[in-house]
Amino acid sequence: MSMQNAAILSKPNAARAIGDSRGVRWVLTGVALAFLGLFLFVPLVAVFVEALKKGLWAYLQSFSDPDARAAIGLTLTTAGIAVPLNLIFGVAAAWAIAKFDFKGKSVLTTLIDLPFAVSPVISGLIFVLIFGLHGWAGAWLAEHNIKVIFAVPGIVLATVFVTFPFVARELIPLMQSQGTEEEQAALVLGASGWRMFTRITLPNIKWGLLYGVILCNARAMGEFGAVSVVSGHIRGQTNTIPLYVEILYNEYNFVAAFAMASLLTMLALVTLAAKSAIEWKFADEPSKCSGTQREDRRI
Amino acid sequence: MPTEACSTRFTRWDNSLEMNAQSYRLKQHSILPGFGLSLGYTMLYLGLIVLIPLAAVFVSAGSLTAERFWASISHPRVLASYRLSFGASFVAAMINVVFGLLVAWVLVRYRLAGKRFIDALIDLPFALPTAVAGIALTTIYAQTGWIGKWFSHAGIKVAFTPIGVIVALTFIGLPFVVRTVQPVLQDLSKEAEEAAASLGAGRFQTFRKVILPEIIPSLLTGFALAFARAIGEYGSVVFISGNMPMRTEITPLLIITKLEQYDYAGATAIAVVMLVTSFALLLAINVLQKRAARYQS
Repeated sequence: MSMQNAAILSKPNAARAIGDSRGVRWVLTGVALAFLGLFLFVPLVAVFVEALKKGLWAYLQSFSDPDARAAIGLTLTTAGIAVPLNLIFGVAAAWAIAKFDFKGKSVLTTLIDLPFAVSPVISGLIFVLIFGLHGWAGAWLAEHNIKVIFAVPGIVLATVFVTFPFVARELIPLMQSQGTEEEQAALVLGASGWRMFTRITLPNIKWGLLYGVILCNARAMGEFGAVSVVSGHIRGQTNTIPLYVEILYNEYNFVAAFAMASLLTMLALVTLAAKSAIEWKFADEPSKCSGTQREDRRI
Repeated sequence: MPTEACSTRFTRWDNSLEMNAQSYRLKQHSILPGFGLSLGYTMLYLGLIVLIPLAAVFVSAGSLTAERFWASISHPRVLASYRLSFGASFVAAMINVVFGLLVAWVLVRYRLAGKRFIDALIDLPFALPTAVAGIALTTIYAQTGWIGKWFSHAGIKVAFTPIGVIVALTFIGLPFVVRTVQPVLQDLSKEAEEAAASLGAGRFQTFRKVILPEIIPSLLTGFALAFARAIGEYGSVVFISGNMPMRTEITPLLIITKLEQYDYAGATAIAVVMLVTSFALLLAINVLQKRAARYQS
């Protein structure tokens, strides 16, 4: 009886001792929600409200414009090239860094993260300095009639640069935490290198890989600054969706601008949903989803 | 094939060093295959996509005379852009430290309906393309916009002023502090707080003396990450800033302006200043993160 009493008495006391009072809880929660509302929720809602301001028909009409279709096509093409390239690189880099010990490993890991530290504008500028008309290779390219800057190859290059680290930085900590025992066992049992990779490594990293690809794709489709520098903004030819949004917005064609923006917003929401789903699915066993510390994540 | 050349070079190096076992080794012995190939490909791809293009900025800047370089980076209009970029980034990062800590605290400590939804939404600035954020923020913070209206009643103009720049930079930096502080708050042991409370400390005193020292390293890291991101930010700012020379022109925009005037030298010189700043910040962040990790363990 006395034990029971003690338990009943001590629990709320302990909770009160280290918890916040109800008033403090209400105020802090209110301020936090107001902040998130002002900075996250309202902008999100605004995109759809502005896009639908003149009705559903006007909204849908925005996508029938040939320039809009060209922009959507170019964005899909760019992501379709950049994501697989960085996927292959990410797997190769993670294999070398996570499964082997060698000198200079931490330097290499830092170098892989470099594109995240560079301003998007500079990410575009570097390719202009090399391939632009007055750039290093400019004269040679002009002679051979190859266009890189103000053309699709430049857009792809800039996108590959800004999305470079995504897959690698998801996979490196994940594969490091998984160790090499399983792969070694497969080899000892007589599996070939390729069989070991497809049967052991790939299944182990598939969720982390998917996670990296989702983030990489979101950035590839949404990149603005770097692509803006190399694109030349030629309608119907070198405009990706974000660049076309800018043009429409500057022409005060707000419905069409926000309609195009709503596509990217939906992509962002799908990305967040997929990301959260993967995180929740593996909340108990983080080693299968992602080894990245949440604090480490940067886009 | 550079890849193969690279990979055979590495394996041969590796094998020859394996023989005099105790001496310097490129890598520790392992039975796993593909080291040469994967490292070779990594180095090749890293070199072609990242290192050589980045080096281009420094090489191009190296061909400028010192006077020309100095004139480009110290022009009054450029100096004004540094002031705005660094000042607004600093203020935005500070706002994020305060409110990011608050949001992380509420998410970790309180029971809340729709917590998962809110938690997922925190990453929105990472996932939402910057141009979309830019036009959305401009529309709602303009004088006729949903929120800008209320500010203009109070006589404050947000869009097309430095305040607008701060709003955009606060938006894009928002997840950094929350995501660095959240895991630390989660792992914080309740015992120390209980001890402080049982020794008679008030709630605020406990926070200041027990909780705050534990989370300061992660707050600093979050601040540095948000600040570094804000310095280079372009897409979300150009719409809301109005881009008036000397007043609301950020440094990245100035690089684009110079490029559009085919002033490659001027653009390159400013880019060097920004790159050096970014790399210094990256270094500081790495040190901070290592310290924070050591502090926690």
